[in-house]
Amino acid sequence: MSHRSVLVIGAGPAGLAAARAARAAGASVTLLDSSDYLGGQYWRHLPAARPAGNEKVLHHGWSTFSALRRELEADAGCEIVLGAQVWALETAHGAEAPTVHALIGPVDGIRRSGRSFTADALVLATGAHDRTLPFPGWDLPGVFTAGAAQAFAKGERVAVGSRVVVAGAGPFLLPVAASLTQSGARVLGVYEANGIGRLLRGWLPRPWRLLGASKKAGEALGYLRNHLGNRIPYRTGQAVIAAHGTDRVEAVTIAKLDAEWRPIPSTARRVSADAVCVSHGFTPRLELPIAAGCALDADRFVTVDGRQATTTASVYAAGEITGIGGVDAALAEGQIAGHCAAGGHQGDPVVKAAVAARATFTDFASRIEAAHGIRPGWTAWLHEDTLVCRCEEVSYGRLCSAASATDSASLRSQKLSSRAGLGICQGRVCGRTVEQILAAERPGGMRDGASTDRRPIVAPVRIGELAAAAADQTSSPTLISTERP
Amino acid sequence: MPLGTLRATAHHAGARSADVIVIGAGIIGAACARSLARSGLSVIVLERSAAASGTSAKGEGNLLVSDKGPGAELRLAQYAGSLWPSVVAELRTELGPDFPSLEYERKGGLVVATTDAGAAPLLAFAAGQRAAGVDALPVGIEEALELEPELNPAATAAVFYPDDAQVQPVAATEALLASARRSGATVHIDARVTGAIRSQLHPDTVTGVRTTAGEFHAPHVIVAAGPWSGEVAEALGVSLPVRPRRGMVLVTTRMPHRIFHKVYDGDYFGATQSSDAALQTSSVVESTAAGTVLIGSSREQIGFDERLRVEVLRGIAAKSLRLFPFLENASIMRTYGGFRPFMPDHLPVIGADHRAPGLWHASGHEGAGIGLSLATAEILAAQLLGTTPPTDAAPFSLARASLAPHLGSAA
Repeated sequence: MSHRSVLVIGAGPAGLAAARAARAAGASVTLLDSSDYLGGQYWRHLPAARPAGNEKVLHHGWSTFSALRRELEADAGCEIVLGAQVWALETAHGAEAPTVHALIGPVDGIRRSGRSFTADALVLATGAHDRTLPFPGWDLPGVFTAGAAQAFAKGERVAVGSRVVVAGAGPFLLPVAASLTQSGARVLGVYEANGIGRLLRGWLPRPWRLLGASKKAGEALGYLRNHLGNRIPYRTGQAVIAAHGTDRVEAVTIAKLDAEWRPIPSTARRVSADAVCVSHGFTPRLELPIAAGCALDADRFVTVDGRQATTTASVYAAGEITGIGGVDAALAEGQIAGHCAAGGHQGDPVVKAAVAARATFTDFASRIEAAHGIRPGWTAWLHEDTLVCRCEEVSYGRLCSAASATDSASLRSQKLSSRAGLGICQGRVCGRTVEQILAAERPGGMRDGASTDRRPIVAPVRIGELAAAAADQTSSPTLISTERP
Repeated sequence: MPLGTLRATAHHAGARSADVIVIGAGIIGAACARSLARSGLSVIVLERSAAASGTSAKGEGNLLVSDKGPGAELRLAQYAGSLWPSVVAELRTELGPDFPSLEYERKGGLVVATTDAGAAPLLAFAAGQRAAGVDALPVGIEEALELEPELNPAATAAVFYPDDAQVQPVAATEALLASARRSGATVHIDARVTGAIRSQLHPDTVTGVRTTAGEFHAPHVIVAAGPWSGEVAEALGVSLPVRPRRGMVLVTTRMPHRIFHKVYDGDYFGATQSSDAALQTSSVVESTAAGTVLIGSSREQIGFDERLRVEVLRGIAAKSLRLFPFLENASIMRTYGGFRPFMPDHLPVIGADHRAPGLWHASGHEGAGIGLSLATAEILAAQLLGTTPPTDAAPFSLARASLAPHLGSAA
């Protein structure tokens, strides 16, 4: 039996699976999540105080989640710390796992309590957030990220509008349309930016590999049945290129796109709608892996080996930060990561099924990117005055004029000159968009090695909270017990 | 070795030779390139990554006289202070309205003692500065509270410095560099210096540099690589005792304007003038045009280690509350850290390298490089052109007595 301690950050599918596997391998586990509930974004649900009878309908894999939750909540060897905002990660010298600093309590609370954690191994399962490309009018009330619309529908049972357009790219558009329909909205159409040719080229090679993913295929069929049943049109090679309205969205402009996502002007048409939900895929939450010094691959996901070990000693990663592969890949990766972090091996029989499942479902990630990845021509739908960075109100024109005036190849310089990405969201919404626009402006790209994914302060922290810990010089990290309780 | 060695170099964008090579496209290198190019020399700037991406992009942009006691550095700062307003105006005219604003503001500094023991030394320090020509105005606590209504009323003494100013350091660096380019300078990024090219007849004499982007030739090579100047000098075969001294700054979320000047805890002076390698924190607080509040500062000598240290953030946060208790509920959303070019005797090196004809230095400004950049460039250009420097350059000579124990022998 292992006598190791494992700290898991993130209680979505990957983190929950990691916690259970680490416990099964005999480690003591601490599981942190920033929200007040287990489940992450994927299994976002109503609070227990007002449960819905139809969670099973709204959530795929709800029974999987219920079992994980029940098991971990009943397990004295697994400490679950909810409402834990991890705000910094400090690396150690040598092979020790990093120290994780968290503030516990409501984000808007006056004084959260600080707690620091170290363990023998760390599993990062921080997931991803929505990627939304800007377009004229995207800052109007009534424009939602698909993730926010989904959260309203799943977490609050509220539809974002009565006549809703869903647009963007990727398979996530389908469950969003489904949730909207179930919460009472009329979805006017789902518009996928990629043409049918690219979708087929992305999804169809080596189709036998998809056979192993029959559950995934069932999920997709479910969405399609939902579409047919509710007569929602699914259009490919089209996008919402503008939203219109005075106080809120009243209409959108939809246009056909070429293969590089440049709008074809003669095809633009106006459709009246009171809400738009947009998603162009997901951006992994990389603050903690970067702070831990983990190497990233060429596509900017965390590099892991067969054990889900990162390039930093004692640090493992699972789920969307290693590739956008969906819930099944996340569950498999999490299980392997938790097992290996607890001292197990990837060849152990207990993870054999997970290793096989990982191979099947991570194949999805490459198909999704091949079929739905963002193409560079989208900047053609921006206007000079379209806001790129909403926090600091930096327009596309302003960003480009600052970039051409300084001709700087330093991303840090471009951000500080234009202020794009320096606001309260710290570039979570606009960071990669800003990088892509600057890359398009300057052949050769940025050369200073800076990244908008790097955020040493992972979540805002009050000066009083910092100072309180400074006053208490005896404060030292909570050493997770290396003995099983 | 002034004018005699200057060649009339035909200069074009792809040129591999020029009158002067400047190593480093931070604010010191950019200012030197501009001054030299405007005096008619052909200039090549070599930068190992991208312009304005090192120390110049990681500080507050202080143009201060308040933190300097009487002496050579203060004289340099006073001269620099006289240059900034006109250079900012020139750059605005030259670069036009599309260029990002330099946010130059002569906002003034308020230095505050927060302990009984700190009051008398602060007032004595200010008296010495006044004798050296600095506007250092002791103000009562009530007057200090008029200047800064949120200031901790428990302050024990305060001095106001109307000449302390502020500039956005990245925009200033880019503007100086853009101006240099308009005067004919060329900038090569991704060009890391790997070695010196030396004269065959006079092997001490430097005639160019080898880089990862090929060879470049010039009779004058200026090292302006900030805290990395020691590494560059070593690659060129000489030693230079510049060491990195790390500093961190905290950035709050935007808030209504409640801090109006640069406000320092009096113990800041002790930190800037000390050589202690261990962590020191002292409070430096100001608002930016964007509505954030910048909170510094820390000093520690830990090499080029960039990793976050929570202990440092906590120390800075705790001290800032001694000045502005209301900051307790302000949120830090970002932090940045950089490396100051630290010199063991606390003075920059500006001028020729007596050990290697053709080699020049402009570095070692520690935390004052943004403010001192323009003055440094004017002194260096005068020396290189053989004209009289605008202020006494002798204290910044590499051959000064206080540096002798630190120079070692040429590598």
